[in-house]
Amino acid sequence: MSIEVRHMSKTFGRFRVLRDVSLRVETGELVALLGPSGSGKTTLLRIIAGLEQPDAGSGPILFHDEDVADQRVGDRRVGFVFQHYALFRHMTVFENVAFGLRVRPRRLRPSPRQIREKVEQLLHLVQLDFLADRYPHQLSGGQRQRVALARALAMEPKVLLLDEPFGSLDAKVRQELRGWLRRLHDEIRLTSVFVTHDQEEALELADRVVVMNEGRIEQIGSPDEVFHQPKTEFVISFLGQVNRFHGRLERGKVHFASLQWETPEWEQAEACPAHVFIRPHDLQVAASSNGQPALSACVQHIHSAGPKVRLELATDGGQKLLAEITQEQYRTEPLTVGSRVFLTPQNIKVFPYPSDST
Amino acid sequence: MAAAVVSKSHTDFRGRTSARCLTEPWPIRLTLILGTVLFLGLFLVLPLAAVFGQALAKGWGAYWSALREPDTLSSIWLTLLTTAICVPIGTVFGLTAAWCLGKFDFRGRKLFLAMLDLPLSVSPVVAGLMFILVFGQHGWLGGWLEAHGVRIIFGVPGVVLVTLFVTAPYVARELIPLMHAQGTEAEEAAQVLGASGWQTFWRVTLPQVKWGLLYGIILCNARAMGEFGAVSVVSGHIRGKTNTMPLQVEILYNEYDFVGAFATASVLAGLALVTLVLKTILEHKAAHEMALAQASGPETAEIGTSEQTSAVYGDPASRPMRG
Repeated sequence: MSIEVRHMSKTFGRFRVLRDVSLRVETGELVALLGPSGSGKTTLLRIIAGLEQPDAGSGPILFHDEDVADQRVGDRRVGFVFQHYALFRHMTVFENVAFGLRVRPRRLRPSPRQIREKVEQLLHLVQLDFLADRYPHQLSGGQRQRVALARALAMEPKVLLLDEPFGSLDAKVRQELRGWLRRLHDEIRLTSVFVTHDQEEALELADRVVVMNEGRIEQIGSPDEVFHQPKTEFVISFLGQVNRFHGRLERGKVHFASLQWETPEWEQAEACPAHVFIRPHDLQVAASSNGQPALSACVQHIHSAGPKVRLELATDGGQKLLAEITQEQYRTEPLTVGSRVFLTPQNIKVFPYPSDST
Repeated sequence: MAAAVVSKSHTDFRGRTSARCLTEPWPIRLTLILGTVLFLGLFLVLPLAAVFGQALAKGWGAYWSALREPDTLSSIWLTLLTTAICVPIGTVFGLTAAWCLGKFDFRGRKLFLAMLDLPLSVSPVVAGLMFILVFGQHGWLGGWLEAHGVRIIFGVPGVVLVTLFVTAPYVARELIPLMHAQGTEAEEAAQVLGASGWQTFWRVTLPQVKWGLLYGIILCNARAMGEFGAVSVVSGHIRGKTNTMPLQVEILYNEYDFVGAFATASVLAGLALVTLVLKTILEHKAAHEMALAQASGPETAEIGTSEQTSAVYGDPASRPMRG
């Protein structure tokens, strides 16, 4: 079942949360809505579910090319997992999962035996069969999350929507559940959309990532695309850490700091100022100059506890930079706080901007 | 002796350790404890015992016959009738008001909340007078009602109306903080799962507040049975017709019928004791409900929600991306 929204806008009071957003999610896809808080990602999810009414003049909400904008929440057959799970605290795990089946109109309601079988099967799927008689407050965060998921799946939804599914969990459980959700999705192939502010989560889990900012979609693409071919400055700076320079674009070359770099993609552009972005791992660090043009900087902090060693640096002009080197290089090169190093970019990303806008 | 107790018990009955440096010296503790016991005995236990003592002063026979007086029986009946009308109405009103004020935010909500406290803050006598002003013979609606043969003041309807007024806030006041803490996520979840509005109310909203609701009903019930001031103003003290139990007690007492007065009072006191026991049990359950609401509510459960901070390292002169 595909999901499509067209020209969706939403205003809360004077605050425009969504500005003319259009998006299509293909059948069986797992899509992440990624953005900082206030970017409108949760509102978009709630509009798809029917928990929020879009502004008048917004386009249709299509499930499998059928407009559901006028359907009630309960008729849309959407599985929704809330950020704080919203489990019914007065019901056992079993009753929580059975709820969606028990509230069906009598002629559509399965028999008590069918309900029990269905619930047991779902609890087995989320690996919680042994907790059927517990109450939500007796469960851990990760277990509650899985109950919420089983409850959403019980009604045999056409699409699955998850609002910050791992937001309230601690780092280790989050990592585990992420892998588990990916496997579950591969197994049941239900069209799914989840909201997250964690870029790592989005890049690791999703088939496609929708990067949102200030109520607009900045870029839609595979995790690889949004990470390696960011279309906007927001995307490159939101997806991980990055160094930024002011530069100038002229005749297919960008000049920044003391360096210049060939930019064939901007060959045709007129001379204009530009921002130059370099990821920390794209800065090659050397303790001595090899004669090639390089940025000279001074090491200020070394964070060596991790898979990579992160260096905080300052150029002679006082600009702070971040670089990453391997543990191996760190062991062989004589780097200490205060050392002078030479930085050579391996890969850069240039965004020209009209001179009057900054 | 008290000192010996301290040196032995470093853990109290709940297993918490109590450090010696946190307790007061024994003379102070003894004085405080004795003072409290004396106060409670003098002002609570003794008077309550006196009520039952006086009621039975002339034996069980006199007690029973005093209670079987037609006027007294009628007052008991009227009190039960008033309670039976006011408590269900107060409950429905309280539930709807709490649902509206606890789950939604709208213009005028604060004003509504303040209005809800009016019956609690205004003196019952004033409450009674307010109703006379509106429904009395010379009141705003009195003349018209009289012309249509409806008598409210100095009649049972008046008693019921003022009791409704003074008992209206109890259920709502108990439920508003609870429903506010619970939020609307559970209801949204029920809706998404296909429940109708009616199913959502009966299966989700109501069960989540049941102990708080019962607690509010108990308080409402206690006030409905015990109300004196407001009822006294509007009832007209017509024997066997418009006297409730508290009014009947006063009348009998003023006529030096002590056995009758205290026998009736003992029924009220007995009801109060039952209420007290129920209240204690429900208080505990309701507190648990509230704790659950707060533990799994949207305000908490923020463990580990550290917003992703993606630092841009750039020249210090550079301004924010989208100015």
